[in-house]
Amino acid sequence: MNAVLLAASRVSKSFGGLRAVQDVSLAVEQGSITALIGPNGAGKTTLFALVSGFLRPDEGEVLFGETRLAGLAPHRIARLGMTRTFQIVQPFANQTVLENIAVGAHLHHAKRGDALERARAVAERVGLAPQLDKLAASLTIAGRKRLELARALATEPKLLLLDEVLAGLNPQEVAEMLPVIDSIRRGTRDMPGVTVFMIEHVMQAVMNLADHVYVLANGRLIAQGSPRDIAHDEAVIEAYLGHGTAERLKAAGREQ
Amino acid sequence: MTRSAIAIALFAIVVALAPLVVASDAWLNFIVLALFGALMAQAWNVLAGFGGQFSFGHAVFFGTGAYAMAVLQVRLGVNAWAALPVALAAGAAIGVFIGALTFRYGLRGSYFALATLAFAEIFRILANTFQFTGAGAGLQIPLTKSPAMLQFDARTGYLYVVLAFVVAGLAIATWLKHSRFGAWLQAVRDNEEAAQALGVDAYRVKLGAIAISGAMMAAAGAFYVQYLHYIDPGLAYGPHYSVEALVGALVGGMGTVWGPVVGAFALHLLSDLTRNAFGDVPGVNLMIYGALLVLIVMFAPRGLAGLFAALTAKLRGSK
Ligand SMILES: Nc1ncnc2c1ncn2[C@@H]1O[C@H](COP(=O)(O)OP(=O)(O)O)[C@@H](O)[C@H]1O
Ligand SMILES: [Mg+2]
Repeated sequence: MNAVLLAASRVSKSFGGLRAVQDVSLAVEQGSITALIGPNGAGKTTLFALVSGFLRPDEGEVLFGETRLAGLAPHRIARLGMTRTFQIVQPFANQTVLENIAVGAHLHHAKRGDALERARAVAERVGLAPQLDKLAASLTIAGRKRLELARALATEPKLLLLDEVLAGLNPQEVAEMLPVIDSIRRGTRDMPGVTVFMIEHVMQAVMNLADHVYVLANGRLIAQGSPRDIAHDEAVIEAYLGHGTAERLKAAGREQ
Repeated sequence: MTRSAIAIALFAIVVALAPLVVASDAWLNFIVLALFGALMAQAWNVLAGFGGQFSFGHAVFFGTGAYAMAVLQVRLGVNAWAALPVALAAGAAIGVFIGALTFRYGLRGSYFALATLAFAEIFRILANTFQFTGAGAGLQIPLTKSPAMLQFDARTGYLYVVLAFVVAGLAIATWLKHSRFGAWLQAVRDNEEAAQALGVDAYRVKLGAIAISGAMMAAAGAFYVQYLHYIDPGLAYGPHYSVEALVGALVGGMGTVWGPVVGAFALHLLSDLTRNAFGDVPGVNLMIYGALLVLIVMFAPRGLAGLFAALTAKLRGSK
């Protein structure tokens, strides 16, 4: 087993009476692509917010490498090397694609020229190079998702938290993005590999990319394992398709 | 970057040579006051145009610069040239103070705007109360007309002083367009959460912006005292200069380098024209500002600079 880069232990968060995340423990291995799946409202985005400092856990703690993240502000966590993207894309709408990505690049490059150069290289990598001078507001959904990814990648993180970066893309756009995400994990000659923790609904992506999958439902972790295990897990099937589904599927299988 | 530097240098040279062409005091006074307006508009622009934090009370910095200048000279006998940097630092310090109180607690949008308005009013009441600041009667600085005391017997001298400040303001705005701090500030303006996710310390960045803005506005206040030799609580902390700073930047174009200069000159031209038409009816200026603001918001939300950019783009497109 590889070293654990991110570890959450017994993390909980409630909004008023709603227990959005309950007692969740999980680990993301260095160099892996780890997926977090679950029905809408399961608490996935909330868990990302807890890990990245945008929300404070009511209970439990989060370790990033050796560092305890309790109470650290989001920008401090980003400086430690963990960058999140937003499910609802948050572009700097009145700035160009290049300027957007440069904001991320400035985290480790003080000089404007260096940051712009870095931003161009990142744009090339995620397929935004032809749109550098467009306003972010004028991009299509697919373009905005790429921008969200590019900006985060430009901070040169150790760990990327991707929140549904494939949602809303058509099958061809998804197919284009899969190798991009894989190459981010593997790294290239001038960019080191990045560990990826991704929330994803597109099962094709989870099956193709993930080394390990966690499943969240109603705020609780209900299963984990390889993508193949998860695809056959009864609890998971029930969580997605409703109570009793696994039984019915099995029954249907026997009748055949 | 170099092109911007050349544009600023050209502007400085043209304005500096203006006294050779327009020798009349009325015209020189017009240029001085327009530059004075441009300085205030640029100060407001740094915080609101680049940083997205709208202030309704920039007079709090103006008045602080003005009173620092006057109190140091009148009460403590400090030389005006030595008082000037203290006045700027006082503006920056008040900026950090207000920023620490408001940004720390996440005040944004109209809440921040109203908080600045409240601070200006508190400072007006304080200035009205203490003998130290001359209370309601205000402070008069001794008239020397000596450059050694940052006073001049001709308007040209004042023109060079305020021009130097405006040029510094243009340099600051240009720097914001081409620096990490500027990129961070504009990121915070456009989406604070996204900026934080990318490692931007939004609180510190906003504090930096309000400090710079406060120092620039204090420079305008300090200049005012040297030009008119007098300050009182209403002049210093009343709404007039808060409004002039804001309208100048909005009319010219927020978040641009040249917008505040263009806006301030347009504003002063307009108010001079209307003064000729209506005479010195009190309040006409503010009414004009209000009407102009409505027109700009309705028809040119990006200000005159935005209008100009759209026109040149159209001309280029139709060729
Ligand atoms: N800031 C918030 N305040 C109140 N309720 C919230 C907040 N954020 C999320 N929730 C609720 O918490 C639950 C989990 O939401 P979320 O984490 O966004 O789910 P997912 O990303 O898995 O779809 C939902 O019921 C949602 O309505
Ligand atoms: Mg979500």
